[in-house]
Amino acid sequence: MRDVIISLAYLFAAGCFVLALKWLSHPTTARRGVRTGEVGMAVAIVATLLKTEIVEFQWIAIALVLGTALGIPLGLLVPMTAVPQRTALSHAFGALAAGLVGTAELYLRTPDIDTTTMVALGLEVVLGFLTFTGSLMAAGKLQGIVRDRPWIYSGQNLVNLGILASALVLVGFLVVDPSWTALFPVIIGISLVYGVMLVIRIGGADMPTVISLLNSFAGLSASMMGFVLDNKLLIIAGALDGSSGLILSIIMCKAMNRSFANVLFGGFGAEDTTAAAAETRPVRSVDPEETSFLLDAARSVVIVPGYGMAAAQAQHKVRELSDTLMKRGVDVRFAIHPVAGRMPGHMNVLLAEANVPYDQLYDLDSINSEFPQTDIVLVIGANDVVNPAARTDTTSPIYGMPILDVDQAASIIVVKRSMRSGFAGVDNELFYLDKTQMLFGDAKTVVGEVIEELSKLPAREVAGV
Amino acid sequence: MSEILESSLYIFVLASFLGYAVITRVPGLLHTPLMSLTNALSAISLVGSLLLAGSGQSTMATILGSVAVFCAMTNVVSGFLITDRMLKMFKRREAPKKADAPTEGASAR
Repeated sequence: MRDVIISLAYLFAAGCFVLALKWLSHPTTARRGVRTGEVGMAVAIVATLLKTEIVEFQWIAIALVLGTALGIPLGLLVPMTAVPQRTALSHAFGALAAGLVGTAELYLRTPDIDTTTMVALGLEVVLGFLTFTGSLMAAGKLQGIVRDRPWIYSGQNLVNLGILASALVLVGFLVVDPSWTALFPVIIGISLVYGVMLVIRIGGADMPTVISLLNSFAGLSASMMGFVLDNKLLIIAGALDGSSGLILSIIMCKAMNRSFANVLFGGFGAEDTTAAAAETRPVRSVDPEETSFLLDAARSVVIVPGYGMAAAQAQHKVRELSDTLMKRGVDVRFAIHPVAGRMPGHMNVLLAEANVPYDQLYDLDSINSEFPQTDIVLVIGANDVVNPAARTDTTSPIYGMPILDVDQAASIIVVKRSMRSGFAGVDNELFYLDKTQMLFGDAKTVVGEVIEELSKLPAREVAGV
Repeated sequence: MSEILESSLYIFVLASFLGYAVITRVPGLLHTPLMSLTNALSAISLVGSLLLAGSGQSTMATILGSVAVFCAMTNVVSGFLITDRMLKMFKRREAPKKADAPTEGASAR
């Protein structure tokens, strides 16, 4: 009887998880989704604790309390700009949990283990531990503890593939002869090393793809745990997480017109080759006062924020600018490229935190047709995602990447620290157009100055001029 | 192929397709909350961790299991909390445009 109730509880939890994701399809229902997920999780935990297999509770209680104690500050205190790091860290935690459980099961179950369980265990351990170190590396890079620039040497792909292949070959040995317990620490060690090697070559702008991929791995390792323990709830939740991560990484790859292989093995953004030569070309620059006149005279303004805006913590000032302009009758919209920020959807969260209403945020597909009717595009801390070379220059490394067609607007103002090239190390033609003006300086400071200048202007003439 | 494996594989494949169908409908706007929510959900590996930690099979099982419980529980708590914190911030425009500039900016959708 108890087992039936527990099974039904798991089924209920699985249903809750699917509904949670379904309700995440719209901002108005999304919070209901979170609550549903919480209910499912609580039911699953209670049901598990009722299982007769659990005979010792003191360590569980301690671990649950400590986990909650760390989880609360990680959930409530982490600033929104640091969400990518936190996400990477939580992938590391989730993967470590799967890896550790897998390790214990390896020792407990071998040598009397059937082939399929051994395969699932092997995959759980390899995926778990490589995701653990890979995610720690990603978190370190995002937090600035580890060097952000990709670390590349010749023959790196061969070395990496060799490491991964050797881990899988050793798992193969174990499948053939599970009594070979001396291999366990070797496989774990290789997986740990591979995680580091995989992410060490990834640069900042590829982080959205890599975080998504690690998300997928973490989910898959949880799913493999479900195969090992014959627990359907684990399989389902892991598969949901795995497919979510996979979909997000495909979206990120498409948004950069790159393949998985290219992100993981290509040397994208490794060197600045073209940047130095172009540095001397003339650009038109503009000061905050002039910018305020231009913006005030515009009917429609589209703001294109990039990671630079987040790095400068300028999102609140940008929202203030948007509000000021809207009060003066200017139509202000935000255009968000899928890879803006350091993880999928990061820019939307940052702007939402700064109180920009979400119906003012437009994605690539819905805003691109609007640029020809736009008076001014204000680019703040974005570079590669507005580079027209992606459409025109077949030799450019970013050729074919879907971009925001800001060059079709009547005029463009680019807020930028200096003329340094973007992550891809590619010079941006947009900056040299006749209709483009550069507003140099720290995004937070200059946007603040523009707002101040706007406040000095007389009330705007009534429409119809 | 054993029956257990067969049914598990069915469930895995069908759940992956279900995930695909449900998650492609999540707008780009909510992709960060999506990732933190799926992260919290995949911390369901807590179930496996609890079973191991409480099994009393060996000291190693208790130690590794308890560390795993700690990790997974951290994800459960922080994942749900931060997702809700983010979603709370997504707001619609409060009211339509003020009346002082009726024609300009009225095209905002």
